[in-house]
Amino acid sequence: MNVRVKRIFPAAVAMLVGLGSTTLTALAAGSSAPTAAPPGGVLEAIMFYAVAIATVVSALGVCVSRNVVRMAVWLFLTLGSVALLYFLLAASFLGAIQLIIYAGGTLILLVFGVMLTSKSPWVRWEAPKLEVLGAGVVCLALFVTLSLVLCRASWPGAEAALPGAPVADIGRRLLTAYVVPFEVAGVLLMIVMVGAAHLARQEK
Amino acid sequence: MMTIGLSHYLVVAAALFCAGIFTMMTKRNAIGILIGVELVLNSTVLNLVAFACYLYRGAGKVDGQIFAIFVIVLAAAEAAIAVGICINLYKNWWTVDVDKASTLQG
Repeated sequence: MNVRVKRIFPAAVAMLVGLGSTTLTALAAGSSAPTAAPPGGVLEAIMFYAVAIATVVSALGVCVSRNVVRMAVWLFLTLGSVALLYFLLAASFLGAIQLIIYAGGTLILLVFGVMLTSKSPWVRWEAPKLEVLGAGVVCLALFVTLSLVLCRASWPGAEAALPGAPVADIGRRLLTAYVVPFEVAGVLLMIVMVGAAHLARQEK
Repeated sequence: MMTIGLSHYLVVAAALFCAGIFTMMTKRNAIGILIGVELVLNSTVLNLVAFACYLYRGAGKVDGQIFAIFVIVLAAAEAAIAVGICINLYKNWWTVDVDKASTLQG
């Protein structure tokens, strides 16, 4: 029991710290958004770096965690941080969608999947060391290459400030120009619901 | 350095993408692989939103965000189906270790 508490404690502390910092950042973003901070403001930079570091650290936490429940907790932090990045990009509707669908729906689904598919949720399967090393080298090389290319690329006209698109525009476009994909997505969701219920049904 | 540009967001998305790929490569649990897929999809959406906000903006130009909404919807649908498949796998093999489910290999 004591050992288990010791194992859970750092994850719980990390989760609490992450939640507190994300809430504070959200409050700061919400209070500073209407005043339209100047482009390249120091506040924006500080908030971006804080949220970006939280995102990357929690994504790395997903990578290195060995049991699935802890991976799900780190994934929750990652999804929350990415939602904050959407708020920083003035896409507040998308940030809300991310929190509702991903953090509220998909993650719960994954946690239920973990609980339904293992005798003990703390069970761990190890990949061979050589495979982990190879995967690490490949992914690190990919990341370094992508970063170098992205930092050297020039994006014409990408330096100006960001005006936020109002939610009404999204709804209007979704029901005029994008009405066919919208309806197709609705049909797809119904098919998925029926299919998932069929796949997971109880055999007689 | 203090001016946050498009590249900053793209580098964060690249880090998410690589973390997702690494998770998919090294985990043996089917749910773990699914979590890696979610990370990769998140990086995609982040790319879409960043490009939409920096390069394609103006009144009524919200197509990048609409694409992102569709990606999120498809990701949710994919997760539902994948969890259903995992439960089915567990019912047949009593494990979700993807190396054990190799019947179709012949």
